Amino acid sequence: MNLGQTRHGAFNIVAALVAAFLLVFALQGVSAQDAVGTTSTQVEGTEVDLGSPEAAVALGEGLVGDEVGDTLAGQMAPTPGKGMPVDRGMTFQDQYTEIGRDALFMHDAFLVPMMAGVSLLVLGLLLWVVVRYRRREGREPSRTTHNTFVEVVWTLLPVLVLVAIAIPSISLLAKQYETPPEDAVTIKATGYQWYWGYSYPDHGDFEIISNMLSEADAVANGEPALLAVDNRMVVPANTPIRLQTTAADVIHAFAVPSLWFKLDAVPGRLNERMLIIDEPGVYYGQCSELCGARHGFMPIAVEALPRDEWEAWVLAQPGGTLGEEETAAEDDAESEADALEAGDADAADEAAEAEADAA
Amino acid sequence: MATTAEGFDNPTHADHAHDADHKPGFFARWFMSTNHKDIGTLYLIFAIFAGIIGGAMSGVMRMELAEPGIQYLGWWVEFFGGTAEENANYHMWNVFITAHGLIMVFFMVMPAMIGGFGNWFVPLMIGAPDMAFPRMNNISFWLTVAGFLSLCMSLFVEGTGANALGAGVGWTVYAPLSTTANPGPAVDFAIFALHLAGAGSILGATNFITTIFNMRAPGMTLHKMPLFVWSVLVTAFLLLLALPVLAAAITMLLTDRNFDTTFFDPAGGGDPVLYQHLFWFFGHPEVYIMILPGFGMVSQIVATFSRKPVFGYLGMAYAMVAIGVVGFVVWAHHMYTVGLDVNTKMYFTAATMVIAVPTGVKIFSWVATMWGGSLEFKSPLVWSLGFIFLFTVGGVTGVVLANGGIDDNLHDTYYVVAHFHYVLSMGAVFSLFAGFYYWFPKMSGRMHSEFLAHLHFWGFFIGVNIIFFPQHFLGMDGMPRRIPDYPQAYAFFNQISSYGYHVMAASMVVFFVNLAYAFTGGKKAADNPWGEGATTLEWTLTSPPPYHQFETLPVIEDHHDYHDHRPA
Ligand SMILES: [Cu+2]
Repeated sequence: MNLGQTRHGAFNIVAALVAAFLLVFALQGVSAQDAVGTTSTQVEGTEVDLGSPEAAVALGEGLVGDEVGDTLAGQMAPTPGKGMPVDRGMTFQDQYTEIGRDALFMHDAFLVPMMAGVSLLVLGLLLWVVVRYRRREGREPSRTTHNTFVEVVWTLLPVLVLVAIAIPSISLLAKQYETPPEDAVTIKATGYQWYWGYSYPDHGDFEIISNMLSEADAVANGEPALLAVDNRMVVPANTPIRLQTTAADVIHAFAVPSLWFKLDAVPGRLNERMLIIDEPGVYYGQCSELCGARHGFMPIAVEALPRDEWEAWVLAQPGGTLGEEETAAEDDAESEADALEAGDADAADEAAEAEADAA
Repeated sequence: MATTAEGFDNPTHADHAHDADHKPGFFARWFMSTNHKDIGTLYLIFAIFAGIIGGAMSGVMRMELAEPGIQYLGWWVEFFGGTAEENANYHMWNVFITAHGLIMVFFMVMPAMIGGFGNWFVPLMIGAPDMAFPRMNNISFWLTVAGFLSLCMSLFVEGTGANALGAGVGWTVYAPLSTTANPGPAVDFAIFALHLAGAGSILGATNFITTIFNMRAPGMTLHKMPLFVWSVLVTAFLLLLALPVLAAAITMLLTDRNFDTTFFDPAGGGDPVLYQHLFWFFGHPEVYIMILPGFGMVSQIVATFSRKPVFGYLGMAYAMVAIGVVGFVVWAHHMYTVGLDVNTKMYFTAATMVIAVPTGVKIFSWVATMWGGSLEFKSPLVWSLGFIFLFTVGGVTGVVLANGGIDDNLHDTYYVVAHFHYVLSMGAVFSLFAGFYYWFPKMSGRMHSEFLAHLHFWGFFIGVNIIFFPQHFLGMDGMPRRIPDYPQAYAFFNQISSYGYHVMAASMVVFFVNLAYAFTGGKKAADNPWGEGATTLEWTLTSPPPYHQFETLPVIEDHHDYHDHRPA
């Protein structure tokens, strides 16, 4: 049979396409059976996957608190679907910063129509020439090789589209680089192989070490596996945060998709960006720069609390103070410590009162 | 230039003319080759071999990612002689992503496009008997092979420790992950692989530039050259300017690793970000190096099967030049989240978007070439149509990523993976298959099966779209790149993506069946199997061409405003 020499191009296309679809469906059939099998193993097999005996125990609800340990006792429970990837999600996570909403608006209002428009235009043109200009007996192909008008149009039109995109894009960038106000809360995120450290230099300079929870602990704590951590980065909501990133060994990247925030943590550098989170909640992210073996296992969990709860949390940390805050807020007030050093008891009392008010 | 070319038309060689088809013995022919067609064939065989390995690695990765949890990595650790345990398994993952990237870029796409098709058809298309420096051509190829062997060696020596073999650094080899955090010799072997492949490419680039500038047949002016030759010329300049920067950067890595320099170590006053600037100064032109010859091939094919000259020839040629030039000043868009200054980020955002303009000119000119034509849907044209559409899709997501403010969310996610696979795994690879089916009859003298070529196309087209389209969703939902395991929310689209791999792999079986068919039962190919649309010089020769062609140089007498290089 002369498989190779079929003269009808159209026959080839149709036959090949049909055969290709048969191939796809055959494979999908096999895969679907796979999938059924997989799902069932997952249902009974959560234990199997987790392997360890504690894992099985952790699934028993009564034991959750004991299993997970004290560190998790005070953690805010995440809201399903908020600040975390959505199952089968096909677009961006909901945004909880102004920057995020602006960027998402730009994506949806400018970029998606551009993508759809250009792709459909090219697809339409291709389909048109494929149908209209397929080879037919007795039709001579044209010899046209130039048309200054259309060439100018198809150069200038993309320029206009790009300018229309560039304008909101540049202003978005400017906004992302706005300098945080004087009294912003400074938090420094340090990437380590393979965990995060969060220090609060203006609040007693304590450092929180944040490791990923095992799958069992995450499930027990009602959190998504591979995203949950033992100690979260706790921040005040609705407050400008001066978020700094650096790293101790290799380059990591601090990234939280629902806050539209990603900043590399580079050894020897201190990167800084302002972050203002709209509302309290738990927002998850993952290290986003290849950093070695456990790169996929150093998640980020940001817990945003109302300002007063956050201040209480700070004071509960070993060495945590609100002292620096005072100096920023009231220029003339001396901190309690300074005043005591100077031996001025009245001033010390004043400062203590001011601190109490602030708390 | 024509005078130089005339030097080859020397009557003293007339006595050799009758044995133009005399071939040396097997070893001399294939291991000491100075014949551009044989070297081109070697490059193509090598690229297919490397492509099988690199493609199999992506299969391993898609299997592992098909469902959450770690399923297969331990097996691979043991396969390489280690003991399966968590860190070793995770390191194995990083070794796979590194090797897959390096193999596909340096040992599959580049050798196939430039070494394979460039070597085969640049001399044929400009009417030259061979490349300018045939012996250098040979060393270019064997340096590439040596580079590949060095990369393979890296899989068997220590990376981060005795139970973690191979370089787990990503194809970007960022410091300090590649210096202090991968102390074993594996990274040295990987770096050496890049040195060797890079040196081979630089030599190849000088060879192409010299050949194209000096060895064009009489009458073949620069503005009459086929667009494929133009594309290789621009690519060769990109290689020549970009690869030395890579060589410098990875040499500094080597000295940081072995001789206690601190170019990229802040503890000694160095800067890890400097490495990224150097790498991407090479790395961005590199992506055009991988796609420009594809542009050239698609231009030839679209014109051939439309039976129409290329629309806007000069615009097409200078659009490639423009892409090459602008491609050198946009590198930091790969580094938006590294902590750039706001003005820097604005500049790179604007400059990157500029590239869409010449790219748009090319897309529209291909459509205009077909407009009013007489399209015959042979497999090369079908692959080229697939290329044009999929490259457009990859291009528009590129415009999205060009926006520094948007990239703050998408950087280093699967959206980026989807984007660059649409322009490479679909753009570059579709053009490679288009070129392969276009020139296979010329190279082998046998016809492949058009039906199987079409089946290969549809299987591959459907397969790669199932693999990569859902990855846009994963990226927007926040899934980072380069992770072996992922939160449950990403399971669905990862599973879909892995199904697509099977379809793609099945279509590759069709490709190899087609090759086997062509070499065993394929009909003998005519000199010009594609009809009157094929106007370039290679179609005036026999299929396969004689071992030495153009001993008497063709004279191009083309007075049309379109180009037809065939003798009147
Ligand atoms: Cu990391």
